[in-house]
Amino acid sequence: MKQEFNIIANNIESGTRVLDVGCGDGVLIEYLKKEKNIDVRGLEISKDKVQNCISKGLTVIEGNAEIDLKQFPDNSFDYVVLSQTLQAFINPELVVKELLRVGKRAIVTIPNFGFWKIRLHLLIKGTMPVTKTLPDEWYNTLNLHMCTIKDFVEFSNKINFKIFKSIAMNKKKTSLINNKNLFIKNLFSELGIFLIEK
Amino acid sequence: MEKLKKLIVKKPLKLDCGKIIKDFPIAYETYGKLNEKKDNAILVFHALTGDQFVTGINPITKKDGWWSFAVGPNKAIDTNKFFVICANVIGGCMGSYGPNYKDSSTNETLGINFPVITINDMVNAQYNLLEFFSIKKLFSIVGGSMGGMQVLQFASNFPDQVKTVIPIACTSSHSAQNIAFNELGRQAITADNNWKNGDYYTKNSNPNKGLAVARMAAHITYLSKKGLQEKFGRKLQERDDLKFGFDADFQIESYLRYQGSVFVDRFDANSYLYITRAMDYFDLTKQFDGNLSKAFLNTKAKFFVISFTSDWLYPTQENKEIVIALNSIGADVGFVEINSDKGHDSFLLDVPDFLNALKNFLDKSNN
Repeated sequence: MKQEFNIIANNIESGTRVLDVGCGDGVLIEYLKKEKNIDVRGLEISKDKVQNCISKGLTVIEGNAEIDLKQFPDNSFDYVVLSQTLQAFINPELVVKELLRVGKRAIVTIPNFGFWKIRLHLLIKGTMPVTKTLPDEWYNTLNLHMCTIKDFVEFSNKINFKIFKSIAMNKKKTSLINNKNLFIKNLFSELGIFLIEK
Repeated sequence: MEKLKKLIVKKPLKLDCGKIIKDFPIAYETYGKLNEKKDNAILVFHALTGDQFVTGINPITKKDGWWSFAVGPNKAIDTNKFFVICANVIGGCMGSYGPNYKDSSTNETLGINFPVITINDMVNAQYNLLEFFSIKKLFSIVGGSMGGMQVLQFASNFPDQVKTVIPIACTSSHSAQNIAFNELGRQAITADNNWKNGDYYTKNSNPNKGLAVARMAAHITYLSKKGLQEKFGRKLQERDDLKFGFDADFQIESYLRYQGSVFVDRFDANSYLYITRAMDYFDLTKQFDGNLSKAFLNTKAKFFVISFTSDWLYPTQENKEIVIALNSIGADVGFVEINSDKGHDSFLLDVPDFLNALKNFLDKSNN
């Protein structure tokens, strides 16, 4: 399991109820179910990936978060997880609001567009950055709304949700983000992991 | 017909129409072995024109059972692991209590004196099989189309007696379009002079023309436009050119006529009227004051809803409404829409994605 999922899993208590939005092949929810006795559900847009999840015995619903989150009642999950997908939605603001309606808390991870390699790529090459975490070209990427760690922090102030824990990840190393180190973390982290609540 | 396995239900059953029936037969078939713990039983519900002969050779029609692709040794519903039970619905014509039932006291066939039954009546009648086999909890209930409606009703009526629930290509409430197609079929049957107000059993002349038309019309609704176009297009039937007449010039015409003609050999016209009526009356949402979630409030079962992309008779959206209702009460529900060009009939055919999903769900739920 990738480091990002380890961090997410470590921040979720056993015995809780979790919805993984865009659960993919179900790696994270399978771990949460088996290792932490968590009641997990997945929402996934790809038919093939839903099939993979079913073959692992996971409870997954085929659907699109922007349409299908609304079927879940308020506060029906302790945590809603959204891993590296926020930037792909047409309306990320609406999705975050939905995450925090459906879940008491949400864990949102974002590929950080403020990472120094990305900044350098644009500065030196003058073309849209292509990296390991962002492997697609500008014309075929699914990412519509790239943002930086700093953007996400400012986003939380604008649409009024609380970030109660922020973790920066660079390769396998992780560290906490706070107001004082935000500039540095935004420059040296590939990924931001945010635990948020209303 | 006498060789069919039958359970005679002694206990009175109050039907939704108010009438009480008792000492009535339910014809059933089983596949695989019931284990000692009696926890490996799957109750399969058949669709409109199905019967209890799910798989293997149907002893009456001598053709493959209607769900041979899905049920059998090592298949999706693996009869090496599971004990599969399927009953002919009441109202049917394969040995269960239906309009072709002969009342022994009067020695007369019921015809349209048979009461109008509902999906609820069907599942309540079949519930007797659980007691008969001393099964406290079914491992699963599975069915497509009208079989799926029975699955939903059964899960609602007997929430503690099912571990997993698999409604396929169905709806919680028959739509106006569904009712319209069924009415077309019924009108075709009753317009046939041989129908004689349902009293044709002793006349040696069944309303076969009407029943065949009903089947032909229905058959179109089971296929997709794309599927029809790919299979038949405008291909001609054993001729090089149009004949400027009303014979079957096109292969699709010939195909439909054939489907109609083989159907009348195995199905009773009155059963067609009664069963389509039961489908039309099905509205689980209305049974629970317009809130489908309430139908499943007490459920602890694990649900898996399956629909097909090209099914326009019971489209994905209607299947999704079941998922939404279950999610809104926090029930355990999975859902997948299977890619298929084969229309509503997909659930009966060799559609690997569907069969794999069904198998994986059952096998994983078995651990």
